[in-house]
Amino acid sequence: MTTAQPQPRLSLRNISKRFPGVLANDRVCLNLYPGEIHAMLGENGAGKSTLMKMIYGVMKPDEGEIYWQGGAVDIAEPAQARALGIGMVFQHFALFETLTVTENIALSLPAQEARDLKALGRRIREVSERYGMALEPDRLVHSLSIGARQRVEIVRCLIQDIKLLILDEPTSVLTPQEVEGLFKTLNQLAAEGCSILFISHKLNEVRALCHNATILRGGRVTGECKPVEESAHSIARMMVGEDTPLSTTYEKREGGDDFLVVRDLSLKSLDPFGTRLKNINLRVRKGEIVGIAGVAGNGQDELLAALSGERLGENAGQICVPAGRIALLPPLQRRIQGLAFVPEERLGRGAVPDMSLAENGLLTAFGAGLVKKGLVNWGRTRDFAQSIVDDFKVKCSGIDASAKSLSGGNLQKFIIGREIRQKPSLLLAAHPTWGVDIGAAVAIHKALIELRDAGTAILIVSEDIDELFEISDRICAICHGELSPLKAVSDTNIGEVGRWMTGDFDVVQDAGPTQGESHV
Amino acid sequence: MDIDFIINVLYAMIRTGTPLLIVALGELVCERSGVLNLGQEGMMLVGAVCGFIVAATTGSLFLGVLAAMLAGCLMALLFGLVALGLSATQVATGLALTILGAGLSAFIGESFVGQTVLGFKALPIPLLSEIPLLGPLLFNHDVLVYLSFGLFAGVIWFLRSTRAGLMLKAIGETPESATAVGLPVMRVRYLAVLFGGAMAGLAGGYLSLAYTPLWAEGMTAGRGWIALALVVFASWRAERVMFGAYLFGLASILHLIVQGMGVSISSNLLAMLPYVVTILVLVLLSSDKARVRLYAPMSLGKPFHRTQ
Repeated sequence: MTTAQPQPRLSLRNISKRFPGVLANDRVCLNLYPGEIHAMLGENGAGKSTLMKMIYGVMKPDEGEIYWQGGAVDIAEPAQARALGIGMVFQHFALFETLTVTENIALSLPAQEARDLKALGRRIREVSERYGMALEPDRLVHSLSIGARQRVEIVRCLIQDIKLLILDEPTSVLTPQEVEGLFKTLNQLAAEGCSILFISHKLNEVRALCHNATILRGGRVTGECKPVEESAHSIARMMVGEDTPLSTTYEKREGGDDFLVVRDLSLKSLDPFGTRLKNINLRVRKGEIVGIAGVAGNGQDELLAALSGERLGENAGQICVPAGRIALLPPLQRRIQGLAFVPEERLGRGAVPDMSLAENGLLTAFGAGLVKKGLVNWGRTRDFAQSIVDDFKVKCSGIDASAKSLSGGNLQKFIIGREIRQKPSLLLAAHPTWGVDIGAAVAIHKALIELRDAGTAILIVSEDIDELFEISDRICAICHGELSPLKAVSDTNIGEVGRWMTGDFDVVQDAGPTQGESHV
Repeated sequence: MDIDFIINVLYAMIRTGTPLLIVALGELVCERSGVLNLGQEGMMLVGAVCGFIVAATTGSLFLGVLAAMLAGCLMALLFGLVALGLSATQVATGLALTILGAGLSAFIGESFVGQTVLGFKALPIPLLSEIPLLGPLLFNHDVLVYLSFGLFAGVIWFLRSTRAGLMLKAIGETPESATAVGLPVMRVRYLAVLFGGAMAGLAGGYLSLAYTPLWAEGMTAGRGWIALALVVFASWRAERVMFGAYLFGLASILHLIVQGMGVSISSNLLAMLPYVVTILVLVLLSSDKARVRLYAPMSLGKPFHRTQ
């Protein structure tokens, strides 16, 4: 090369990190230049987050060196990383909900800079305005939207003299408008000479934003590319390897008789910041997938709680299945009626974090012959968990691994597998592929379609409208606790559903059974 | 009812409420850091007996108070080593500490039972104590009561306006986030536990050196436990802790007065009164869930391991 390359700002040389049973990073090398926006791509569990945590000093590499602006550094803790000019926006925000924005930011600054909170508040306002990120310094964090919380995290980094900004899947929680705003900010930062490491699954976003990309698979660098010169498809290929299918179109189905009937469901939210459900009317047929689109916080949580039985209804007839009226039944009783649930929150709701996969399998599938006369049949329980791990290709160190040791996508495959195995008559799934990588998402979609073809009624709530169009047979949207009309996917389009998501629809009354005779 | 009588009752209320206020403030700080130490009663007892022994043998009340606080600290250190250092269950560790404290204090104080010392005398503050009504009520106390006023203001100031206080609250809320931004979770928690111990010791010392200057086995009479309840039902706010402590004091005085008037209610039932009244009122006060959530340390009682 004849042109003199500038010195890399950050240079990783042969970084390795081992966890019990896994080699999370295997001799990873990376060069990052000033003003460069660099994407880190890879499936869940490929080792991206681990690598970022080592750069930010949360973990230490077992082997290899980190060079910062030409000199070898040993980053022992986050404070040291920040002193070098490295900032990180975590996937699970590292914020304190009961403190104000200013207080949150003060805690990550050196003491002498954070002494005067009023002055700091002014500085926060200044920085946030400069980068077009509206923030009110005196607001308590728990009262902020997810997007605003992320802005707090970013401003927290920007308020110091920043040379490298690391963002771990920043767009997975944002609306399209918010993503646009974030990209503007990042481009402005890069133009000022800041280096940016951008971790994401969303390949179109990477193509729109990033100059270079490094692809990790199984802890190893398997490719490097310039995203603009590639297609989303070719990048995805690099991420998942040759043999994983990327996406397919699924045949749409009509469905049979109504299975789930929700009639005039109105419920006040228990959470003071929640949404009230207003006159929800919904029918889900056997053998079809109904998708509910919507921006987060429009009543999805409340609707799911009401359907799963976490929240009981006001009269039994609000929710019906062929076997009877179930709105007053607790979750266990509803499961006995053939309902199964995949909650949004995987750790804590879908699975017990500290328990093994075998035990977590038992948690909802105890009825499938795993328990006899009050005693657990451990042989069967372990076989059950093992069959899920095998059939759904759950990556883990074995069925004795604790749920929290799995990556989000793998745990989700396990939870969905557990529910599907019980052959439910109705499956209720919330955000089934949120934060899940391509390979796992395809596997989950296929499993759902198979379940549908076997005659199960499926209701999916998701914020990913593309996903809903891909797998749903009928679709509607929820806004301010009200449900839009429900239409066959072939009779509508993304534009119309997008309008529904903003509340642009007439509320429907229950129109009686959609086909066949009523059996309620 | 004449005004002097009321002032006298309120004066006694402050005196009775003071040990509760001190120990509860200590536990408040400890719990805001996310550590639940159920050993208050034990730490108070050890503080009371050590304070009394040192004061009785050296004749110095000041040294006695110092010894009480130090003894409380040592007990808290033991708790810290087990519950923080070894990540043992905080609830079980705290309970064990109370049992240990009760036994230990009875053992080392055995030969001092029945002795008395010349306790802290009221120390009227010049000028201020001349103010009608307020003077005799607030400015005619012993030095430890004044100290408790200072502690109250100090804790409020610490939590509201200092960086260390902010760190403490942040660590109590989400230690994982605190680690991610680089706050010294363990160091802060140790310090908070030690402060709680010192305050429990001081409260014990107040009982054995000022309130009733003598040592008797189990003389704290459950105040450590009521302090724990106080902190929770006061939604972890110092103002409400003070209110609850004095409410307890007032109810204690009233039960003595009622008993003195010869009302034919079982004295055992009456003795229950302060505990019942305090808890009931504070439960009513803490019924606003949204506000409680704002002050409750969310990680309370959960052992924290730094994952490496």
